[in-house]
Amino acid sequence: MSYPKVLTKRMEDHPADSHTIERYAATGGYAQAKAALDMTRDELVDIVKASGLLGRGGAAFSTGLKWSFLAPARPAYLVVNGDESEPGTFKDRQLLERDPHQMLEGVIITAIANEVHHAFVYIRGEYPKPARRLQRAVDEAYAEGYFGKGIFGSDYDLDVTVHLGGGAYICGEETALINSLEGQRGEPRLKPPYFPAAKGLYMMPTIVNNVETMANLPHILDMGVEAYKALGHGDDTGTFLTSLSGHVNNPGNYELPHGITWRELIYEVGGGIPGDRELKMWIPGGASAPWFNPEDHLDLPITKGDTGQAGSMLGSGAVVVMNDTTCVVKAAERVVRFFSHESCGQCTPCREGTTWLEMILRRIEAGQGRPIDADLLLDVSDNISVGLAWPPRQTTICPLGPSAVSPITSIMRHFKDEVMAHITEGACPFAKTEVPA
Amino acid sequence: MSIWSESTQSRAKEILAKYPEKRSAVMPLLYLAMAEDGWLTIEGMTEVAEWVGITPAQVQSVASFYTMYKREPTGKYLVSLCTSISCMLLGSDDVLHAIEDESGVPHGETDDEGVISVEHAECIGACGGAVACQVNYELIEGLTPEKGRELVRWLKKARPDAVNTDEMQELFGGRRSFDWAIQSDVGAAGPYPAFEPYGTATEDAK
Ligand SMILES: Cc1cc2nc3c(=O)[nH]c(=O)nc-3n(C[C@H](O)[C@H](O)[C@H](O)COP(=O)(O)O)c2cc1C
Ligand code: SF4
Ligand code: FES
Repeated sequence: MSYPKVLTKRMEDHPADSHTIERYAATGGYAQAKAALDMTRDELVDIVKASGLLGRGGAAFSTGLKWSFLAPARPAYLVVNGDESEPGTFKDRQLLERDPHQMLEGVIITAIANEVHHAFVYIRGEYPKPARRLQRAVDEAYAEGYFGKGIFGSDYDLDVTVHLGGGAYICGEETALINSLEGQRGEPRLKPPYFPAAKGLYMMPTIVNNVETMANLPHILDMGVEAYKALGHGDDTGTFLTSLSGHVNNPGNYELPHGITWRELIYEVGGGIPGDRELKMWIPGGASAPWFNPEDHLDLPITKGDTGQAGSMLGSGAVVVMNDTTCVVKAAERVVRFFSHESCGQCTPCREGTTWLEMILRRIEAGQGRPIDADLLLDVSDNISVGLAWPPRQTTICPLGPSAVSPITSIMRHFKDEVMAHITEGACPFAKTEVPA
Repeated sequence: MSIWSESTQSRAKEILAKYPEKRSAVMPLLYLAMAEDGWLTIEGMTEVAEWVGITPAQVQSVASFYTMYKREPTGKYLVSLCTSISCMLLGSDDVLHAIEDESGVPHGETDDEGVISVEHAECIGACGGAVACQVNYELIEGLTPEKGRELVRWLKKARPDAVNTDEMQELFGGRRSFDWAIQSDVGAAGPYPAFEPYGTATEDAK
């Protein structure tokens, strides 16, 4: 089954040069940015609101609505979030490497809509190659007069700065991102203000949007709101990128319409499990998302609503597939270890809780778990996110702490017997995770 | 008086000009400082403080927050192997052991000659090409234990001035997250990201 391509069309049709400004221009590029100069802020915000575009960075918040919150003080700033560090996620990397101008055209449109004259693209430090590609695209676009003084011959000035991070996942959280860009430690800010659109970079109104969100904007203006909505499924408009990894035959990034089922994603798009092994579970939306299992979830449509009702989220679009040789304790340990390592340390429940969870999982996996450890996992989790509800209740400054609870509830609700077997047998029942050829 | 070379000083000026407030240049300037000394020295951090107008203690506080600012001497080649979830599922722990064994360098350490540092990393955004590895932040996808050993032997023997991602992928890599399609013509000469505006990229690596 093949699905319509929008964001990945140019790179698919023209693999050798989809990153160049010549190819971008030859395939209609920058016409929408130019057109946006003749539109008012209200017009642009209304179009994006009507398109139903939801942010692709993980929180799935309406982009148009976010823009409408922009406070009146000026200067306003735009910060594009290219920190992409949620384990399993590698879609923004492909957008930056293979079609940087598409993203940059989105930057110009967003800047015009929000009266921004200086935009920043914050790229994770471990992405020097995507950053180099983007910087070359920026240089090309400056040379054409698409950035700089009087863009496209108008009287609108717009600069863009590419900024490299320093290797800290938490800087993907938008207020931490802003602190980092200010040259501070990348610690999330206390809320309120809830939105950087009120007070953000240098305490001025700031729009923070994800790379993929930016890439959608030229297409919304080009094809119009109705055509864009028709690409999607109900409230989930447009296409979305999913990063598929783990135990699948065809890992990779796929541009898909919402509304296909997990079965289609894993078995058709992903080509099934290597060696025809059994599917045991999968992470439906990045490391922060509670896990799904075949009995309950395989035929659910992939939409924000259906995924949320089933107790998880589409998050960053990362899907990690695990076969029946995977030890749930080890898998959970890896995900929890990530959050423990990346906790910024400001909030006690997150800093202490993630450390404890990691330690307990380690000893269970090593066969040194105690009978009370299963309850202890849930108890520590409850201290991080009271009630272990979905969406999680937050006692911390940012959602990172509660994210660390997702793997715990996932394994304790569905695979408790396997966790207990580690403890009663004093060893991991899976000697080693099998490595597919 | 700056302790930096003329060319680094002019880089620093160019970088400062890209931000509305000086302090925002702290992170890029820390990379400049690393490129000057090979790692992030106290003197380097003090110099950055001068440039952006904050105290050395403030700069140290910022630098210590991020994993990529290496405040200890680091080998010429920093080998970072991802052991996060997707890579773990595809056998990253075995690749890590092979690399540690072949190099004689455990996680977080550097060999005696200062050639190779080894670390296990959290997800580096190449999960579709698990097991993923970076050398000086240049990517190799689809690494196996055997190829990991070959990589270490090659680094020790060939000692390239700078590493190039396409060359390493060709020699040691396997399945990729996606078609890279376009070759990279720059190299990375030290344990910091190779990015032209920071003057940390080596031209014409091959
Ligand atoms: C711990 C944490 C990490 C995050 N990491 C990222 C990230 O790497 N990239 C991203 O775009 N958004 C990330 N987000 C979401 C951002 O805070 C923000 O919602 C998003 O960038 C807004 O852009 P969007 O509306 O276009 O999605 C993260 C959030 C949290 C709480
Ligand atoms: S929840 Fe964790 S990562 Fe977020 S601000 Fe608190 S300590 Fe930092
Ligand atoms: S999990 Fe290894 S690169 Fe993402």
